[in-house]
Amino acid sequence: MKKWKWSNLYLIFVFILLYVPIAYLIIYSFSKGDTMSNFRGFTWAHYSELFADTRMIQIVVDTLMLALLSSLIATIVGTLGALAISRTSKPVLKNSILSLNNILMVSPDVIIGASFLIFFTALHVPLGFLSVLLSHIAFSIPIVVLMVLPRLAEMSTTMLDAARDLGATNTQTLTRVIMPFITPGILSGFFMAFTYSLDDFAVTFFVTGNGFETLSVEIYARARQGISLEINALSGVMFIFSLVLVIGYYFIQRGSASHKAKLKAKGAPQ
Amino acid sequence: MKRLISMAAVILAAVLGLAIWSKSLQTAQGATGTNTLNLANWGDYIDPALVKKFEKESGYHVNLETFDSNEAMYTKIQQGGTSYDLTVPSEYMVEKMARAKMLIPLDKSKLHGLSNYGSLYMNRSFDPGNKYSLPYFWGTLGIIYNDKFVKREEVLHWNDLWSPKFKDNIMLIDSARDIMGYSLRSMGKSMNTTDPNTLALAKAKLDQMSPNVKAVVADEIKMYMAADESALAVDWSGEAADMMANNSHLHYIVPSEGSNLWFDNLVIPKTAKHFKAIYAFLNFITDPKNAAQNADYVGYSTPNTAALKLLPKSVRNDKQFYPDQSVIKKSEVYKDLDPKTVGLYNDLYLEFKMYRR
Amino acid sequence: MKKSTQNMAFYVPYILWIALFVIAPMLLIVYQSFFNIEGQFTLSNYATYFQSGTYIMMTINSVWYAFLITALTLLISYPAAYLLHYAKHKELWLLLIILPTWINLLLKAYAFIGIFSQDGGVNTFLRMMGLGTHQFLFTDFSFIFVASYIEIPFMILPIFNGIEELNEGLVNASRDLGAKWWQTFTRVILPLTMSGVKAGVQAVFIPSLSLFMLTRLIGGNRVITLGTAIEEHFLTTMNWGMGSTIGVVLIVAMVVIMFLTGERKKKGGRQA
Repeated sequence: MKKWKWSNLYLIFVFILLYVPIAYLIIYSFSKGDTMSNFRGFTWAHYSELFADTRMIQIVVDTLMLALLSSLIATIVGTLGALAISRTSKPVLKNSILSLNNILMVSPDVIIGASFLIFFTALHVPLGFLSVLLSHIAFSIPIVVLMVLPRLAEMSTTMLDAARDLGATNTQTLTRVIMPFITPGILSGFFMAFTYSLDDFAVTFFVTGNGFETLSVEIYARARQGISLEINALSGVMFIFSLVLVIGYYFIQRGSASHKAKLKAKGAPQ
Repeated sequence: MKRLISMAAVILAAVLGLAIWSKSLQTAQGATGTNTLNLANWGDYIDPALVKKFEKESGYHVNLETFDSNEAMYTKIQQGGTSYDLTVPSEYMVEKMARAKMLIPLDKSKLHGLSNYGSLYMNRSFDPGNKYSLPYFWGTLGIIYNDKFVKREEVLHWNDLWSPKFKDNIMLIDSARDIMGYSLRSMGKSMNTTDPNTLALAKAKLDQMSPNVKAVVADEIKMYMAADESALAVDWSGEAADMMANNSHLHYIVPSEGSNLWFDNLVIPKTAKHFKAIYAFLNFITDPKNAAQNADYVGYSTPNTAALKLLPKSVRNDKQFYPDQSVIKKSEVYKDLDPKTVGLYNDLYLEFKMYRR
Repeated sequence: MKKSTQNMAFYVPYILWIALFVIAPMLLIVYQSFFNIEGQFTLSNYATYFQSGTYIMMTINSVWYAFLITALTLLISYPAAYLLHYAKHKELWLLLIILPTWINLLLKAYAFIGIFSQDGGVNTFLRMMGLGTHQFLFTDFSFIFVASYIEIPFMILPIFNGIEELNEGLVNASRDLGAKWWQTFTRVILPLTMSGVKAGVQAVFIPSLSLFMLTRLIGGNRVITLGTAIEEHFLTTMNWGMGSTIGVVLIVAMVVIMFLTGERKKKGGRQA
């Protein structure tokens, strides 16, 4: 009982830590001033400014579409990649592939962006949505692999042997045993990829063109004149929206699939 | 597995929905194939109302793309793949792009009202005869001080920045040319010095002021200064104007021994296609009324003297942003130096930043 | 054989990705690193890197700060992930930990500037407590703190995944056998969750080596990392050769780290 309380306290502390800057951003979205210092009285002005800004709304829509699509594809390719790596038995080959996998994570965005730009122009890929999408998929794949691999590594060989002994084909083993077991890894991979895509500035900047812009590029470009509180308002709206979405999603999931998930979770490790 | 597949389906549906929404927003903004103008500009560097007005008057749709550094914009145009019709490089970059044959000369016969631009801002060394460029905004490099902590008389000259009383109280703009430049200027040398020995001396002099340097930052300097975080800053006039709008204790000084004079300019890169729209826009933005409205929104100094007359007296007579001719004449415009010297500037500057630790 | 064709299907998209988006750009970077600023083929970039004290110093700095950031992040994240594992609605909490990462990095940095500034929240609080005003911005503390803040979700997630794998039975068995909490933790829980920790450390340490935005925004360029230098070489000097050289060094260092940690992992796996 006592331990419960302590653990809750620590988690609450971590959550406060994580949410303080965001609360700060949202509070200032209601400030009458123009900057994030010295709160100057309450106003909705930044929100009405935001909703009247069609260009901004389109950029947000494009950014979300890009993030969802790129992380979906990156998750599929990355999961396949992780499965492939886990099946590689030669340690040298495995380590080489893993190193190649991590190169995009260690390379600074500017280098990735510049080299992708040279690469795309050499291949005559038109700069715009397509080139940005390909780049986002490319730099999201390694994180998906890193998220899925540990799950695969934890999977005991006895479990797979048991499945085979029971007459499961390779496909059946994959879809009925392996995939359910690594699902949490796949989901975190997806969320990480989504995050990377939303946050990226440098790579997108280099490979975009023909009027396609993402939110990060717009925010960084606007920072030259000081970030207007309209951007704060936008963050506020997006944050509340994702919060509602996440909580709603969780409870719908729980309502419909909770017992199923429980069965799976119980069934898997044994 | 089923759970994963159904999730993927939901995501795909969401993507589709967003794509349709985006498309409808695009048509609502009136984007259609040929009637467009692709303008690559710094972020928030044109009044959006003015863009709307131009679209309404001319029937062209403006495709606005933003960049945040001259060099990144240069790289993109150089690599091809973009289709910018107009872009806004700074003066040294105009020179560099012209040399790299990346600019299309202006057809003066299609431009009206060139006399609106003040003679002081035309025919500068970076583009003799304005073959390629029209000035968009201009400004200086100077010192911003907070009158809560510093008196005006204490910071009239570049050398004042070395005074021990400003220990840990100066913020610098993160730019090799500007920081090396003011050190050179304080020694009475040209800001376009190429002699390695003189540059080494300028760097050694900078090292001496490192105890005074609180931080070397970029755009965020505005936020810091507005929040009274530092007593002094070295930054560009346009940035200073933004800070001062948010903190009445801030003032801007261009040291009387002269400074850097910078210009952002409209140019036509070689990727341009929609020439009718380009000239329609150039004439539109040259119009005094429009230029005045833009200067009012952006807050930088306009080279359009006809437009300046339309701005309120308090702006027109503000010595901070429209300094006396004598100061302007003493100030230098950056030249596009040879790559080796640019490299030297940067290496020395990097060492200066490292030295501070 | 059936198995090998299935393996092929897994490999194809991933290998294609490696070839097109990893090997091709990497070759480009290596190629670039042999050219000086005037476009001549030379080895001088590497000579500069290893001979001038500036870059060696910078490398040491980067590794040191990346280590500190990773250590702090791990220290905060491991208990959080562990407690999360036993919490009610843990999946929801996990989503809520990821959520802050969806707010733009630049905006969060600006918020921290506000929070740590002279008139900001922290100093107002300190003044109220009678502790006076302190300089937080541009200190090592604020830089490491904010960088860790940014990385925490990237550390919690893999560790949480690792702990989820933990077989409760083993923990209970260890307790039943009379092991102290600490013994259970170091002998059973920690080794079994090591793969998650490793994934987390990789996901944090490697990008921390090349941080650049925060070094300027929060660190005020008092901390110069390799990332800052690359940024400058690509975007300001346009000395792509030198920038690529630093990039190549970073990549080689990463590969070495991967091989070192990978070896140990393999042995551990066999023993288990």
